[in-house]
Amino acid sequence: MHFLLASEPVTRIVESSTEAAGGASVGPDTAMLLLTVFVLAVFIGIEVITKIPPTLHTPLMSGSNAISGIALVGAVIAAGSGDSMLPKVLGCVAVTLATINVVGGFMVTHRMLGMFRRKD
Amino acid sequence: MDPRLVQLAYLLSAVLFILGLKGLTRPRTAVRGNLLGACGLLVAVVVTLVQTGLDYRLIVGGLVVGAVIGAVFAIRVQMTEMPQMVALFNGFGGAASTLVAGANLVQTETFSADMLVATALSGMIGAVTFSGSLIAWGKLKEFRKLDQIKIPAQQLVNGTLVLSCIALTVAMANGDGSTMTVVAYWGTSTLALILGVTLVVSIGGADMPVVIALLNSYSGLAAAATGFVLSNTVLIISGSLVGASGLILTRIMCVAMNRSLPNVLFGKMGASGSTLDADDVYADVKSTSADEVAMLLEVASRVVIVPGYGMAVAQAQHTVSDLRKLLVSKQIQVDFAIHPVAGRMPGHMNVLLAEADVPYEALREMDEINPTMEQVDVTIVLGANDVVNPLARTDPDSPIAGMPIIDVDKSRTIIVIKRSLSPGFAGIPNPLFAADNALMLFADGRKAIQDIINALNES
Repeated sequence: MHFLLASEPVTRIVESSTEAAGGASVGPDTAMLLLTVFVLAVFIGIEVITKIPPTLHTPLMSGSNAISGIALVGAVIAAGSGDSMLPKVLGCVAVTLATINVVGGFMVTHRMLGMFRRKD
Repeated sequence: MDPRLVQLAYLLSAVLFILGLKGLTRPRTAVRGNLLGACGLLVAVVVTLVQTGLDYRLIVGGLVVGAVIGAVFAIRVQMTEMPQMVALFNGFGGAASTLVAGANLVQTETFSADMLVATALSGMIGAVTFSGSLIAWGKLKEFRKLDQIKIPAQQLVNGTLVLSCIALTVAMANGDGSTMTVVAYWGTSTLALILGVTLVVSIGGADMPVVIALLNSYSGLAAAATGFVLSNTVLIISGSLVGASGLILTRIMCVAMNRSLPNVLFGKMGASGSTLDADDVYADVKSTSADEVAMLLEVASRVVIVPGYGMAVAQAQHTVSDLRKLLVSKQIQVDFAIHPVAGRMPGHMNVLLAEADVPYEALREMDEINPTMEQVDVTIVLGANDVVNPLARTDPDSPIAGMPIIDVDKSRTIIVIKRSLSPGFAGIPNPLFAADNALMLFADGRKAIQDIINALNES
């Protein structure tokens, strides 16, 4: 399953979509599998997050914002693989920005939620 | 490391994100939810790091610098500045997605049309998020120069930029990974950077909660697009969760203003035909003093305070909390009525009041408190304007027509604390200020509340 190749440090999509469409590949097209995951995850997101009390809108925002720093995973791969300098530098800048997003986001959310909890 | 193990770890972190977000939707479980989310991210990053063949020098440098900057931000930020900080962080997340997709485009050797389209989308959404968030940050910081920027033929400019981005994406999809493809990628991203500026620069003030929520959604979608580029499921899942969360918040904000999303993004507030003259509306305004307000409060049994962005500007949350404590000690019931779009981001007022030790139970939602407004003896409106303007109910031509408001005009006495009679964001006069049961206390919010506290203590 090409799907599982995703975790290798330097990711390569081996098959081209034309090959897949031509029936050359064994399993379903990688892109279609990923699209399925995407659509289902959107539905989970909507299902999980509906009916948030307005009191928690700001912490939800900064917390989910920290989660979107998951691009850090891609940044780490870019900064640490390959030989040419340019992509590694781009990756390094991305690692820095995503880490600010992640660390700052989770920490400030924790700080805010502490204020809400203190009065319980 | 076995690729399947890595994949399992990514699945674990995706599950942790879902549980974490679920936790964030209830006060009791929110702290744990946030920690679960952080654990999920930690798992994903550690698993990525332990793979063989990575050169750690640049990675560690970026991680350390980023963590220090992020931590300093998180510890030092004032709660009144939360909207700015969330905007800035959104932008950083978006920029990271653009850079990752760009780096991958140079590093990778095999290309498919799917992957190239995903790369273009990742670059575009990430770049719009980045520049849009920086502009939003600047506007929230109140850099006046930003408000003076007028884009001529704005719709035309935006439309042209979007079409050019699409054209370049199509060109990329047919590319072969040569230099031209890379050039097309950075071209698309640059156009999207400009688009982010032209989209956000004309939106301001009270519409900011919508913009922040939308950019939050975009930063998630950018990460999801990067997930498609790298065929990485954890990026796709967490990106789409955040995308969905941002969209829900955007929708809640739009409903609370009775406006559609396109109207917020492209419409003009206050451009309607209704031309009420402020001088006529304000002919019978009565002003009052802190001593008089203190006397009214002394004999009240139920008091409601309606905070708005003005409370944040005046940094009055701690003083207001003191006033509440004082009144509660006199057996007076005090609630805060919070409009969904009060402030500059969703939930802004709640965070400020929580910071000032106001208990969670005293923060009441608009729909919950409105049916009881007739039993309220004194309502104090502090730095809010459009969200308490009865024209929303009565004047169908008003720019805020149909917007749900807090029905303060139904309470027995209304005290409006405001520096002057200047209009709110909608640019229209507020007949509430001249209502028979309304009294204006012209002063800075924090000073006015402090004066009332002093007057109460003296009596």
